[in-house]
Amino acid sequence: MIRLEQRPEPSRVFAYLTPLMAVLATFLFGGVLFAVLGKDPVQSIVTIFWEPLFGEFAFFYRPQLLIKGAPLVLIAIGLSLGFKAGIWNIGAEGQYIIGALVGAGVGLAFYPAASVLIFPLMVVAGAFGGWVWAMIPGVLKVRFGTNEILVSLMLVYVAEQFLASMSLGLLKNPEGFGFPGSRNLQQYASAHNAEIIAGSGMHWGVVAALIAVIFAYVLLSRHRLGFAVRVTGEAPRAARFAGVNPNRLVLFCLGISGMLAGLAGLFEVAGPAGQVSIDFNVGYGFTAIIVAFLGRLHPIGIVLAGLLMALTYIGGDIAQSQLGLPAAAIQVFQGMLLFFLLALDLFTNYRLRLRRAEVA
Amino acid sequence: MKITTLLASAAIALGLATSGFADGHEKTKVGFVYVGPIGDGGWTYEHNKGRLAVEEHFGDAVETVFVENVAEGPDSERVMTQMALDGADLIFTTSFGYMDPTINIAAKFPDVKFEHATGYKRADNVSTYSARFYEGRAIQGHIAGKMTKSNIIGYIASYPIPEVIRGINAAYIHAAKVNPDVEFKIIWAYTWFDPAKEADAARALIEQGADVVLQHTDSTAPQAAAQEAGDVVTFGQASDMGQYAPFPRVSSIIDDWAPYYIARTQAVMDGTWESTDTWDGIGAGMVAIGEITDAVPADVKEEALAMKAAIADGSYHPFTGPLKKQDGSDWLAEGEIADDGTLAGMNFYIEGLTGEIPQ
Repeated sequence: MIRLEQRPEPSRVFAYLTPLMAVLATFLFGGVLFAVLGKDPVQSIVTIFWEPLFGEFAFFYRPQLLIKGAPLVLIAIGLSLGFKAGIWNIGAEGQYIIGALVGAGVGLAFYPAASVLIFPLMVVAGAFGGWVWAMIPGVLKVRFGTNEILVSLMLVYVAEQFLASMSLGLLKNPEGFGFPGSRNLQQYASAHNAEIIAGSGMHWGVVAALIAVIFAYVLLSRHRLGFAVRVTGEAPRAARFAGVNPNRLVLFCLGISGMLAGLAGLFEVAGPAGQVSIDFNVGYGFTAIIVAFLGRLHPIGIVLAGLLMALTYIGGDIAQSQLGLPAAAIQVFQGMLLFFLLALDLFTNYRLRLRRAEVA
Repeated sequence: MKITTLLASAAIALGLATSGFADGHEKTKVGFVYVGPIGDGGWTYEHNKGRLAVEEHFGDAVETVFVENVAEGPDSERVMTQMALDGADLIFTTSFGYMDPTINIAAKFPDVKFEHATGYKRADNVSTYSARFYEGRAIQGHIAGKMTKSNIIGYIASYPIPEVIRGINAAYIHAAKVNPDVEFKIIWAYTWFDPAKEADAARALIEQGADVVLQHTDSTAPQAAAQEAGDVVTFGQASDMGQYAPFPRVSSIIDDWAPYYIARTQAVMDGTWESTDTWDGIGAGMVAIGEITDAVPADVKEEALAMKAAIADGSYHPFTGPLKKQDGSDWLAEGEIADDGTLAGMNFYIEGLTGEIPQ
């Protein structure tokens, strides 16, 4: 008889091994799924994971990895701080939208003035927008003890309505023949988050993501605040005895994750996306939650996880077009990754024991 | 090296490769970028039917590829680039939000032809195409005005953009023409495809007394909601939605992209492709009216079919004066016909409609 038995302490080996095992399990079961759909499983997985990195057109896909991965990493880094402390910001998608709206709004307000100051100002505004949107659940939690999960999630839908309203009203391109959507910031040099080296995929959002990773790493390993974050998550009572002010920590964690999500939105709207439109948000704020956990809430892990997720998106689209795999199958494949990760996580804290059934 | 030069050289390399097979062995490759899933039963479903028709028509001479559920923005740019790199000769981008991405990518691949649905930006290698759905709306409006007993017609609108506003106006004009007491209740769903939201909107309209529900969203959820309610009339949108016939679905507007897709593919094969702006309706077969079922009284059906014939041969235009705007100002004088420019950018209601277009 097989039994689960709690480990005396969490296995460090398994903590590092489970992401790898989850990827392998996803390959295996994803392969079966593709085979059932009548596609060559090996070819499908090679197309998803190999084509973008080393295929014929890798020169195009590799920079795309940065473009797709940067917002995921930027948001996930912020979320991971809160998640470590047991503060659950589920509404990064909304903060991402508001950051983009406020940032783009500032840029569009200056149109068509030209100044090197406009873009930095937009960056500040984007961060501010995300921060404000995250402060709503933060202040409500601190003041009235509301649940930040619900409030932050609900605010996503409010943000989406704002986005639609702005695309159709205030920020609508006056030269757009009545169609929704703002002016394209890619055609407004002072507000354009252009690639720093053309063709490299390296725009300011990528730089910001790298800075955030280093910042989070130092914060968690070297700073008192990082200690407060960790100890609050692991032992809230002990944290209180250690002099951690839980309210300030809530505001800090929500604020920083909102700010980073807002920044991600701003860099996206001013760069790769180019314009505020009704369907501007594509779910980075939610996918980043997966990225944060896939990366073990560790800054370096999050970078790897962000790139891996980006790879499955890019490779998934290639597989759709080259092999005719349905989009839903790709989504199931991506879902498997998180599923197996969470399932295998069990073995960090538990182990399997083979035991003979005892005679009563 | 800059990405544009890289892409351009890749494109040239592919161009050379294609011309190497100029003896006719090389297949023409046609790509389709879809905003929804091919099984949405509406917008994307019909575009995909167009793709299948291209495959059937040309057989081995063409190869088609598609990617579904592509978000508007950088993802769509990547998918288009990927198709172009993989050697597509012609790429159809089938959502309004792909407009700027299509223009961006088309500039990088001058030898690839692009066709963007429902937009207004063109280039030497970018055409635009759209259908005059409002012609179908006029016929729907006529039937709806005759069929309603409560005189309340519900309308599930997607986004307040000219295309949708045009549809509301066309339906209202023709409903009010046969039934001056008719009132339109409009719900803005802010989605093209979201079965849950669409069903909620349909139920809300039915609760407000609507016994006819028109939809400008793509799922069949409103049809199901009407069926549940019992005595509510609906019309199929984008696709025939014939599984709900003969009642509640009494007719439908069907997008038929197949003839256009086949013609454009043929043009690429012949080397006669040119950048154009196509806006076709019932006459050209881009808009079809799904079978009017027997739930509609015979005389109403006859009138509707007569209107369809008149629109098809050009003797009747759904926007013919006298028409006033909602604020009471004059728009079209007696016998005057709306010009395409005004129609394309329509952002006002016709007199008689209540409520405001959301901003």
